[in-house]
Formats: sequence, structure tokens, C-alpha cells
Amino acid sequence: MEFFLDAENVCFSYVNDAEEPPSRTEVLKDVTLRVKEGEFLAVLGHNGSGKSTLAKCFNAINLPDSGTVTVAGLRTDDEENLIPIRSNAGMVFQNPDNQIVATIVEEDVAFALENMGVEPSEIRRRVDEALRTVGMYEYRMHAPHKLSGGQKQRVAIAGILAMKPKCILLDEPTAMLDPKGRDEVMSTIKMLNREQGVTIVLITHYMEEAAQADRIVVIDGGETLLDGTPKSIFSQVETMKNIGLDVPQVTELCYRLKKAGYDLPGDIITEEECAQALFELLTKRGE
Amino acid sequence: MSMIRTEELTFVYGEKTPFRKVALDKVSLEINEGEIVGIIGHTGSGKSTLIQHFNGLLKPTSGKIYVDGEDFFADKKKLKEVRFKVGLVFQYPEYQLFEETVYKDIAYGPKNMGLSEEETDRRIMDTARLVGLTPEQLQKSPFELSGGQKRRAAIAGVMAMEPKALILDEPASGLDPQGRARIFDMLRRYHDEKNNTIILVSHSMEDIAGFADRILVMNEGSVFCFDTPPKVFSRSRELEKIGLAVPQITRVMNRLNEMGCGLGDDIYTVKYAEKLIRQRLEGV
Repeated sequence: MEFFLDAENVCFSYVNDAEEPPSRTEVLKDVTLRVKEGEFLAVLGHNGSGKSTLAKCFNAINLPDSGTVTVAGLRTDDEENLIPIRSNAGMVFQNPDNQIVATIVEEDVAFALENMGVEPSEIRRRVDEALRTVGMYEYRMHAPHKLSGGQKQRVAIAGILAMKPKCILLDEPTAMLDPKGRDEVMSTIKMLNREQGVTIVLITHYMEEAAQADRIVVIDGGETLLDGTPKSIFSQVETMKNIGLDVPQVTELCYRLKKAGYDLPGDIITEEECAQALFELLTKRGE
Repeated sequence: MSMIRTEELTFVYGEKTPFRKVALDKVSLEINEGEIVGIIGHTGSGKSTLIQHFNGLLKPTSGKIYVDGEDFFADKKKLKEVRFKVGLVFQYPEYQLFEETVYKDIAYGPKNMGLSEEETDRRIMDTARLVGLTPEQLQKSPFELSGGQKRRAAIAGVMAMEPKALILDEPASGLDPQGRARIFDMLRRYHDEKNNTIILVSHSMEDIAGFADRILVMNEGSVFCFDTPPKVFSRSRELEKIGLAVPQITRVMNRLNEMGCGLGDDIYTVKYAEKLIRQRLEGV
């Protein structure tokens, strides 16, 4: 098995039964997307582009109208596969308050394991380990509603980690957080990917977050528009702006200067690269 | 002329309980009529507590607040008046849409003010135009609109009350870059036409930097600084220390300063950075 997540020619429509005759809204039009084990993929697209719908296809919340989706080689349209798929590809949603069910942090993290019928001693071990991994072990006896947004999202991530998934799908996990909470969640995601080899699919509106991924896919109008490394995606400044997305500020600055005739690399996406390139540009002149 | 003025405004949550917390500590400030003010501060810095005083949702534990020159807590009858004068748009306001049609939803505020049907209609049509909703969309159910349209419809509901000051808590959060830009264009248009006071709470320095006349930085329940964007961003190091994220472009310009190739310490937009670099290179 080569790809961990594999969507082949996926089409998906939402059906509105309330209307007569029922109306259909086509959201995904023939999307093919393959994600390797251990990869960190960011998915960009404006509101309504179909990116959340696609993510929900990867843990069998949505089943495609046509095409196939497999997770770790298991087809999502086979009901027998549902539990192995959901425990292998966990999902974290945008609103931290909508996904916490228990009144004590450690009970919340144990929720899925209890449902899966894991041995109590094993639950204890895995809950502690998951909470330590996301840096929330000291808060294990706290009430979730008293935590900050970033802390709640880390508890949600721990709840998924406890199932020992190979992949985590995150649907705008930082949209409702303040800058500190965003940093906490992003460092947790990167650590899980780099140190524990967890496959990450991150849906985001923040270009600076996407710039930290191995690969970016841009979804527009229910189709894959761009697919490549952050450098190759963000160097297409015009295309990104035309579809209502953006590029990091450093990329935009270099792009503007380049357009004005200055000699700068066209694929700058980090602050350090930008500072270096500008330093060279400004000092070369003085020589 | 001052729109909102506070004198040593103090607010304590859970007074006389073990959970006592001073959320605002002797805050004195003045916001002028027609001004656009951005408020930033980390979670728990007191910014939400502060704006809830501006239209009388919270009563100060001590200190004074004046709206349009009046101490509205001194006279209970004035309280309702203040709610019409200062409109507050909460975070994710689209969750509060409830009527059958967008038109009726926007009408809710003006109707409660006791306005005539004609006047209510005029205001709805006027704000719909400002926020970019078509007459056809006004007749739809709010739940048929897209996320960005719902957000704008909810903001229109407060704008239609024509408050002298409009306060918005994170009006662009959760929207994509284009949706964010639309919200800010709409607010700019509203301000250009009505010249009312706008107070905007946001976590995004990038958004506030390009929009506000002055920025109020809150920290630990106190005013950290309240000044023009260049003045505020020239203290970017201190802002990062109190847990705020300065724009990416400001961080790069600080790095260039460290490398001995500084262009200034008050750069907070890409356009301004480009201008300074080109000036340096072209020797103008």
C-alpha cells in the first residue's frame, strides 16, 4: 500500500430534501488526492470551496457519490471498516467547545477508548501519555470549560492521540484561537508529525500556517487547483489572489519588489529567508 | 468631541468570593467621535469586559463611564438610550440570526426602537446596500446565505439602528482572506458615509494595523498603550513580550535592524515596507 489516504475521482453533493423536488449542491467534482504516510499536508481554499467536505470523506463522515476513498487501504464505503478508519484517522474541528463531552479533562481524553472497550489499565496509560504529549498532563483533573481555547484544542487532540491514530485531520483548528493558542496548537501538530510520524492534514485559512507544511493542496470550486510544495504554491501570487486566497506577507513583499525590477528569489516563504534576501539586496547596493 | 470616556474604570468579577478577579484596573481613556479605534490584547486582558461597559451591559465596580458626555449609570432611564447609541456586535454574530427572512432579521433592532415602518424600511435598504446584500437576498431565509453573507447580515442588524458608535468583537474571525477583506471594505464604506465611531476588537494585528486611527493595547486589565499604529508598532518587542503577535512584516523589519540594515522600527504594512526599501535602493 503506497498511499495512506487515497481519494480517487471523488464526487460529492449535498442534497436538500426540504425542497420539492430535492435540490442538489455539487461540492466536490472529480477530486483525486493522495497523501503518503508521515506527510504533513495543508489544504487551502476559500469558504465553500469544498475542503471541509473532502476532509470528512477521509474519515467516512461523508461517503462519495462516485469515486472511492481508502484510508490505510480500507474503503470508506464498507461499513465493516468504519471503526478501524475512525480510529486511524481522527478529526479535530474548529470550535473547541463543540467537541468536549466530559466534565474532567482526563475523562474527555478517555472517552473514545472507553467506547472502544480498551482495558482500564491500558486506558490509564494511554490517557496519561496523550496528555503529556500535548503538554496538558498538569491539567488532567481540571474542568475543560475553564481552559483557554488553545488548551481545549490540545485536549481535543489528546483525545484523538489516545486512539493511537496514524493520521489526524484538523479542520481550521486555530480559527477561534488567539495568537498564543495558535502557536500552542501549531507546535503540537508539528511535533506529532516530525517526532512521531503522524500523518497530518491541516485545513486552514492562515497562509503562515500552511507555509510550514510539506505540501499544500489548493481546492477551488470543488476541484484541486494547485498541488505542490509551499514554495511552489506561494510563488504563484497572482493565481492565489485571483481565487480569493492570500500569500504570506514576506512572499508578497518580495513579489512586489521583484515586479518592480529588483533581483530577488521568487519563492520566499519564511521570515528568515526574507530578511536574508533583503539584507543582500540592500547591502549589495552599497558596495 | 468625546464619544466614550472612562475615568479609573474598575471591574471585579466574583467580588467577595474566592474567585475574585480584577478584570479592569483603573482604566482611563477617551475615544473621540468619528474615530476608528482598534483594541488588541491577549485572552483575559480585559478587552471584552471593557467593551461590555461601553453600552452598559456591565456596570463598573468603581470609576465612571461617560457616553456622549453622559454618565448613564447615574440615571437608569438613560440605559436604554445608551444601547441604541452604542451598537455592539458580538463574536460570530451569525449565530444570533433567527428570523424567517434576512429583511425581518435586520428589522428587529429598528422595530424595537419604535421606529415607523417607512423609517425601518429605509434603514434596512440603506444598510443592505452598505453591507452588500441584494434585495433578493433580503427575502431569503438567513440560513440560505453563505457564511460571509450571514456575518454581514448580522452586522447589518446592528448598523440599521444607526448607533453613534459601532463596536465589533472579532468581526472577521473564521472567514477566508476574501471574506475578511469584504468585512473591512464594508466597515470602511460605512465609516466614510456615516462618519460614526467604530471600535474593533481583534487578535489580528495585520487587520487592525491597516484600519484603525488609533490602537488600544490592553494587558492584565490595564491600558498598555493607546496610540497611532506607527507609535504602537515601534514597541513591537514589548508587544511580543506581553503575548501579542505583531505582523510578520514587522518581525522581518526588526530582524533587518538586528542585521545592521535597518529601515525603521515602525513598519507594519507590506506597502510601507516596499516603499522604504525602494527609497533606499533608488536613493530618493
